[in-house]
Amino acid sequence: MNGLKIENLYFHTIGPVSLSVAKSECVGIMGPSGAGKTLFLRAIADMDPHTGKIFLNGTESAQISGHQWRRQVGLLPAESSWWLDTVGEHFDKNINKKWLSAVGFDADVAKWEISRLSSGERQRLALLRLLANRPECLLLDEPTANLDPENITRVEKFLETYQRENKPSVIWVSHDSEQLSRISTRCFILKNKSLIINHKSQITNEHHFPDTV
Amino acid sequence: MNIISLTPSDLSIAALLIVALSFLSIRMNLGMTRQIIVAGLRTTIQLLLIGFVLKTLFSHVHIGWITLISFFMLMVAGREVMIRQKRRFSGWWGFGVGTLSMSVSSFSITILALTVIINIRPWYEPQYAVPLLGMLLGNTMSGISIGLDRLTQTAYDQRAIIEARLMLGHEWTRAIENIRKESIKSGMIPIINSMTVAGLVSLPGMMTGQILGGNPPMEAVKYQILIMFLIAGGTGFGTMAAVWLGSRRLFDERQRLRLDRLKNAN
Repeated sequence: MNGLKIENLYFHTIGPVSLSVAKSECVGIMGPSGAGKTLFLRAIADMDPHTGKIFLNGTESAQISGHQWRRQVGLLPAESSWWLDTVGEHFDKNINKKWLSAVGFDADVAKWEISRLSSGERQRLALLRLLANRPECLLLDEPTANLDPENITRVEKFLETYQRENKPSVIWVSHDSEQLSRISTRCFILKNKSLIINHKSQITNEHHFPDTV
Repeated sequence: MNIISLTPSDLSIAALLIVALSFLSIRMNLGMTRQIIVAGLRTTIQLLLIGFVLKTLFSHVHIGWITLISFFMLMVAGREVMIRQKRRFSGWWGFGVGTLSMSVSSFSITILALTVIINIRPWYEPQYAVPLLGMLLGNTMSGISIGLDRLTQTAYDQRAIIEARLMLGHEWTRAIENIRKESIKSGMIPIINSMTVAGLVSLPGMMTGQILGGNPPMEAVKYQILIMFLIAGGTGFGTMAAVWLGSRRLFDERQRLRLDRLKNAN
């Protein structure tokens, strides 16, 4: 089967959770703070111990090593981390110029000092850094939480284009139900230790992404 | 040459320094009085004991006794490495990582020195084996404890960075590479520093002892150079081994960062 398939996942005190996300599908996840949304994404990326099976395009996570799995299943944490002095040093290759302008940066951003970036700039650059691996599955933890409305629109449009071209399976965690109804095909709520489908949002969305943005 | 033997009253005069220090500590509210007195007492008792042990050992040369005392020294040093860690590995790893690295490097270097360099027969002659091993263990112990402490503490502080790198698909070795290098360096710096200033700022203790004991200065110097190299080797290899083992233990078979394998000493 293509896409991401999660079977009977137990992590921390939560589970069982089963979920399938098709190729180029975007699934939204909401839920009260502390319900375990971040832990859910971490378990899928195999960052925390868990039981159950996770498949990506038919390959089970246990079949390949942890770092190979995480190259394909890219998790974007809510807080990005940077460990070298400049932006460019954190990228293996040159940063894609089209991507840079799509999320509102000049081409010379590679030379910028990390210490001078705002939290919103860091968040957008962390997204590009993750996408540079071309992951087949994207796990986004509040990817627009630190952004102003203009940049939220930019990032949503950019991810929409990226998804149309590269067809990754996406899980998007957000507090913003309107955002999730814009970008996702199905929306789930994680609470009381399980994942429940949110029918309201499912009806309103027939396409993965509206073509008229 | 004859040695001026120290009498108990000579040592008592020196001990007055410690007493004076502890009085001053009370007056200044340093809160170190107890520590000063306990350390002074420990030094006296432990050294008298080892003197007695060495005296016995020298008159009964047997590999069994040497093995026994080496093992004892290793256990004490291993425990010391462990309790110096603020965040140590839980379970046997806390004791094992340091002790294993220390034993491999100290024992192999001591044996190398005894059999190949000094070439004494029998190679376990306690007059050489015990002080050599002691010096190596003592120095390797500090290198390893500094290196491990740095490793676990930095990994704890920089967990977000390590995990960010793992999430980008970096292998665990790459994610911890910088921290590992810094930890090894910090463990090796003291011995490199003391090699740098040896003879200029201070006369190393072993050489001082030999000279006070009436040995010709050049003989003492040659031994000191040998010891310095042995210690540098022992500390360097021991620290590398300990930091490597320790960093391996920080990750599991799925290359996840497992800080739950550390516990806070307090």
